[in-house]
Amino acid sequence: MRNPALVAAVAAGKASALATRLMGRGGGTALPGLVAHTIYPSVLRALTSQLPEGSIMVTGTNGKTTTARMLGSILEAAGLDPLHNRSGSNLERGLVSTMVDAATPGGGLPGSLRAGLFEVDEAALPGVLPAIRPKVALFNNLFRDQLDRYGEIDTVYRKWRDALPAMRPRSTVVLNADDPAIAALTLAPDLRATVFTFGIDDPRYSLDALPHAADSISCPRCNSRLEYSLILLGHLGHWRCPSCGLARPRLDVVAKQVRLHGTESSDLELETPVGPMQVTLRVPGLYNVYNGLAAVSAALAFGVSPQYIKEGLDRFTAAFGRIERVRIPGSNDNALLMALVKNPVGFNEVLRMLFPLEEREGLAAATPKHLMIVINDLFADGRDVSWLWDVDFEILSATPDLVGRVEVSGIRAGDMAVRLKYAGVDPSLIKLDVDVAGALEAAVRALPAGETLYVLPTYTAMLAFRKMLYDKGWVQSQFWEQ
Amino acid sequence: MDLRIAFLYPELMNIYGDRGNILALSRRAQWRGIDVSVDRVSIGDRIDPGYYDFYFFGGGQDKQQIAVSHDLQGQKGDALKEAVERGAVILSVCGGYQLLGHYYRPFDADDLPGIGLLDVHTDASNTRYIGNVLVESDLPGVGLIVAFENHSGCTFLGPNVKPLGKSLIGGGNNGKDGTEGAQYKTAYGCYLHGSLLPKNPPLADYLLTQALTRRHGPVQLAPLDDNAENLAHSQATERARLTK
Repeated sequence: MRNPALVAAVAAGKASALATRLMGRGGGTALPGLVAHTIYPSVLRALTSQLPEGSIMVTGTNGKTTTARMLGSILEAAGLDPLHNRSGSNLERGLVSTMVDAATPGGGLPGSLRAGLFEVDEAALPGVLPAIRPKVALFNNLFRDQLDRYGEIDTVYRKWRDALPAMRPRSTVVLNADDPAIAALTLAPDLRATVFTFGIDDPRYSLDALPHAADSISCPRCNSRLEYSLILLGHLGHWRCPSCGLARPRLDVVAKQVRLHGTESSDLELETPVGPMQVTLRVPGLYNVYNGLAAVSAALAFGVSPQYIKEGLDRFTAAFGRIERVRIPGSNDNALLMALVKNPVGFNEVLRMLFPLEEREGLAAATPKHLMIVINDLFADGRDVSWLWDVDFEILSATPDLVGRVEVSGIRAGDMAVRLKYAGVDPSLIKLDVDVAGALEAAVRALPAGETLYVLPTYTAMLAFRKMLYDKGWVQSQFWEQ
Repeated sequence: MDLRIAFLYPELMNIYGDRGNILALSRRAQWRGIDVSVDRVSIGDRIDPGYYDFYFFGGGQDKQQIAVSHDLQGQKGDALKEAVERGAVILSVCGGYQLLGHYYRPFDADDLPGIGLLDVHTDASNTRYIGNVLVESDLPGVGLIVAFENHSGCTFLGPNVKPLGKSLIGGGNNGKDGTEGAQYKTAYGCYLHGSLLPKNPPLADYLLTQALTRRHGPVQLAPLDDNAENLAHSQATERARLTK
């Protein structure tokens, strides 16, 4: 049964994709989607509804790409070859482009495609969720991010909550119970989907106080100040409202024990509705523990068996630019580790991963770490660099000798250098070069034998940096698809 | 010498990294050998109008601003007004600025009352002013101010305040009259995020001098090495010109 409008939309979308490629504008993922959507506004629903196993949608401020990649690896292990939009195409047009690209000229999908896996931008979700009507919708976290672009988090919360009634009765919303703004999505009126929750019970990596970047500290229902018995990451933790009684819900998937292994990996012991599970994540940091927990929970809600979940996570490697290790050719046994930084909570967690509490308190020996921070203020980075003042750089000066040298670069290198100076970092350790190539050269030259350079770029700086490494021949690919 | 700072509603009104203003003022005092204390003053706390030298009042999300507006009616609002009459400095940004004025008027709800310390009022608008800004300051020796604005409220000045400066790039107070911010005696309001004081060291030192003068008499601040700050200032100036 052919749908003529769908066929026309797919054909036009494919033609514009081809034209873009012929004109040498590689990487452009939005245009085919825009064209197809203009011809047939229901194109997204018409195509995604053909996926026999349904789809998983992943959203949240931080960790979307990593979590979706973990889920991709799990679904592959389960033999469900997922159709997966890659990061950078997580707006509605990008999703349509992904679908149009996969579709046959007749508007069908190849039989080999069983499931969809869609990473969706926070602001795009209210439009996309009713179109895709996923079998599982995962909401990972909601942090302050690019206020110039997304607006306040209360606004994002309300838009998400109001979109949820579009979920069908036999679908599942997977929620991070430790995030009050996520857990409170259950307050959506007419929520027909099943709720499935996850969280961390292990107090080992808790914080003494809410960080400056903490956002959602007032009750989503009655606006009173929330109380925490445990703070784990930003405003994530064990919370309750003393006034109306809204509280962290009971968990379906519980991290009973978490062990972080520096900048390498983490081990989790989980309790799940299908029994205990032990999982190893090959990415570091507590923020990636939440991403792993989210992926496990969404996979269980999708019906994947624990054996494939473990297998998928075993095969998983970090997403492009998120946490990436590169050996520096011709160096004195030096390496480079790149970790994207894009908002206060994300930056805080990268700093916590690089400078664990034991080292900050002098309980564990550490050699000074060498950093390179690259701050741009283009649209995709957020044009407002005010957020740097909400990051707790003060931990860098908590103990002497945590930091060896900080190379600062990018369009707003000056703002970054000032932030470090006011955080109490010894000014003689702060080196500034607006030119990223020059900064990298100087930073690598200054590395002692065997040491790693930790590169922390904003989004567009990460793309430019990756291209520079490719041009130098240090990495084999500069694009998303590898 | 010592400096007493009050951070007003730090957990409710701090969404744009505005705590950088407190850090800048504190550090620049400490680097000159001045002892600094910072107290967090929030909902339900009383203010002794003679105690603090400097108050910072930042911006928050809409629902937090409602709670703060309520808390300011009565003792706390009166104490802030008296504090300014007695020489204390108040720097307010965005939501804090609006609440020091007479009222904020939303489209579809009742007026949110301020305390009328600054003779300004704010109306909601459909235009959001977002971007890098440049302001030519009217304060002596302060010069060009660089910052980032993000507001849809339009603030209009009454006869009892002067603008903080002339808006060269950006929407300024209301997108119409070319002014940015307001000042009454030692109380200042503006739409300048960034954070404001760290990369505008002359403004930071101007406010610091005023705040110290209240209890310590006229002071002369020793010069600091502001190379990094000046570089941030010039990069931000360039960005404002490029992105306007």
